Amino acid sequence: MVYFIADNIVSPLGFSTTENFDSLLRANTGIRIISDGNLYPEPFPASMIETDILEKAFTGIPAEASFTRLEKMLILSIKDTLSKTDIDIRSERTGIVLSTTKGNIDLLDPEKSPEIERDRIHLWKLGRLITDYFGNPNEPVILSNACISGVLAINLAAGLIQQGKYDHVIVTGGDIVSRFVVSGFMSFMSLSPAACKPFDKDRDGLSLGEAASTIILSKHKTEQTNLIFKGGASANDANHISGPSRTGEGSFIAIKKALAEAGIGATSIDHISAHGTATVYNDEMESIAIDRLGMNKVPVSSFKGNFGHTLGAAGLVETAILLTEMKCNLMIKTTGFNELGVSRDINVVSETTNKALNTCLKMASGFGGSNAALIIQKA
Amino acid sequence: MMEQLKIKTYCHIKNHQIFVDGRMVFEVPEAGSLKEFLKLTFKHFKPGYAKFYKMDEISKLGFMAAEILLQDKPYSKRQPEDTGVVLSNAHSTLVTDNQFQESIRDDQNFYPSPSVFVYTLPNIMIGEICIRHGFRGEQAFFIFENFSANFMADYINQLFLSHKIKTCIGGWVDQTQESYEAFLYLADGSEEEGQQYKPHTGNEIERLYNLIK
Repeated sequence: MVYFIADNIVSPLGFSTTENFDSLLRANTGIRIISDGNLYPEPFPASMIETDILEKAFTGIPAEASFTRLEKMLILSIKDTLSKTDIDIRSERTGIVLSTTKGNIDLLDPEKSPEIERDRIHLWKLGRLITDYFGNPNEPVILSNACISGVLAINLAAGLIQQGKYDHVIVTGGDIVSRFVVSGFMSFMSLSPAACKPFDKDRDGLSLGEAASTIILSKHKTEQTNLIFKGGASANDANHISGPSRTGEGSFIAIKKALAEAGIGATSIDHISAHGTATVYNDEMESIAIDRLGMNKVPVSSFKGNFGHTLGAAGLVETAILLTEMKCNLMIKTTGFNELGVSRDINVVSETTNKALNTCLKMASGFGGSNAALIIQKA
Repeated sequence: MMEQLKIKTYCHIKNHQIFVDGRMVFEVPEAGSLKEFLKLTFKHFKPGYAKFYKMDEISKLGFMAAEILLQDKPYSKRQPEDTGVVLSNAHSTLVTDNQFQESIRDDQNFYPSPSVFVYTLPNIMIGEICIRHGFRGEQAFFIFENFSANFMADYINQLFLSHKIKTCIGGWVDQTQESYEAFLYLADGSEEEGQQYKPHTGNEIERLYNLIK
C-alpha cells in the first residue's frame, strides 16, 4: 500500500496546508489585480505571493548560495513537509519527483537575477539544485506535462513505491507568475478580467496563480494518516493541442482506468476535486466526462477561485486540500461559483458541507490534450 | 511466462541522417539547418499532413520520428486507449522558449503569439503524435540531464503491468540552438510466431540508443 503521509502548500493564502485550508474555509482568494510593468504592460488579475513575505519566510533558512523565487518556494515547501514526518531525505530509499511546467523561465531575461547561473533555466538543473540542497543522493525525476504534471507526478510516485524502487517519494512542484506565462495566456485571451468563476454561468476565463506544494508518499503507515493511493491514470484526447475534447474523451478514459485500478465503480466516489479552470471549454468538458461516468450527483469542487491556476503545482495544491477535506470529512465550497453554467447536470459544491469522505477523485486536464485522474481512499 | 513488453522497432534521427532499426533510410548530406532538414524529410516520407507546417521544430522532429517509426507497422493499430506515448529530453522546449521570449522582451515591441506560446510545453509533441495516430493511452514527458533508459523501461513496464497500456512509444527528443537528436522505439506486448524480439529492459534500450553515434 502507498500512504499519503505529509503535505504542504506555499501560496499567497499561507505557507502550510493548514493555513491554506483555513483560508479556504473563509472563502479567501489570493487573486488580486497585479500592476507590475515587468510582468505585463497592463494590470492583470493573478494570485501572487508577496515578495517581502516570501523573503521573510526564507530568512533563517540556511543557504550558502542565491536562490530564485521558485527555488525558495520549493525549498520552503519541502522543509515544512519534512518537519511533519521522520523520513530521511538523505536516504537512497527516498526519491524526489519535481513537477513544473516552466521552472525558472524568468531567467530567460538576461537582466533578471544576474547573480543566478543561467543554466538553472534547465529543469534537470533545477531538480539537481533541490536534491543537492537537501543532500538527496538520487537523480530527481522531473515531470513537465502541462497542467496535469502534478497529478501525474503523484501517480508516478505511487508507482515508484509499488515497484519497490523507493520506500518514500517526495513529490514537489511549483510554478511562478512570470512575464512569459502571463503574456502567453493573455495572447490566448484565456484570462478572466477578474477572479475566475469555476463552473459558473458567467465564467469568462482562468486566473493565473503561483504556488509550490509538496506531498510525501510512503510504503509505511504513520499514526497521523490512513489515506492511501488507490489508482491513477492519464489519457490523451487525440483531438486538439490547445482545446479540450468536446466529448470529454481523454478525461473519461483517465477516470475509467483509475477506477479500474482502484477496483471500484464510479458511484463509490464521495467527492471530486475537478480541474475547474473556469474557462468555458474546460469546465464544460469536465461536466461531460463526469456525466458520461454517471457521477452527476457526486459533489464537485474547484479551488481555482482561491489559488488561481498554479500550473505545475495545481495538481499537488489541490490534492493537498483534498487530503485535508478527507481528514476533516468536510467539502469546501467552490469560490466564485454561483449558478451552474455547464450543459450537464453536475453537483458543484456551493456551500461548505460536512460529509463522510472515504473515496475521492482528483481530475486534471491540460494543453496537449492531456488528462489525468487520481483516486484516494481511507484505508 | 509472465507477459512482458518487447521492443519491436526503433528509429534514430541525428546529424541529418535517419535510421530505422539501425539501418539508414534517409540522409541529407548538405549541412543545412534543422528546419531545412525537416522540410526535406517531410517531402521524402510524404505523410500528407498539413498540420505539420504549423508545428515548432522540436514537435516536427518528434512527429517525423513517430511517423517513420510507425510506417507499415501493425502495432500502431491497437485500440486507441491501449497505446501510450512517454517521451523525455534535457532541454524541454528551450529553442521555442527563446523565440517566444523575443516577442515579449520589450513593451514597445510586444507581439506574443498564442501559436508560438502553445509549443513552449514539451508534451505538445506528444499531443501532436496522439492526434496524428489517434492514440489515447497514457502519456508523460520527463526531463533528465541525459537519456535515462532504465527510468524509461521501469516507467513504461509499470504502466503495462498495471494494465493501463498494451503498447507504447518511448524515447528522447531533444533540441538546442546547436544540436538535435531523436530516438524513438515501439514496445508492444504481443508475441509473434518465429520472431525473436528483445525484451523492453533498460539495458536493451540503452544499447539501441547508443547504436548510432
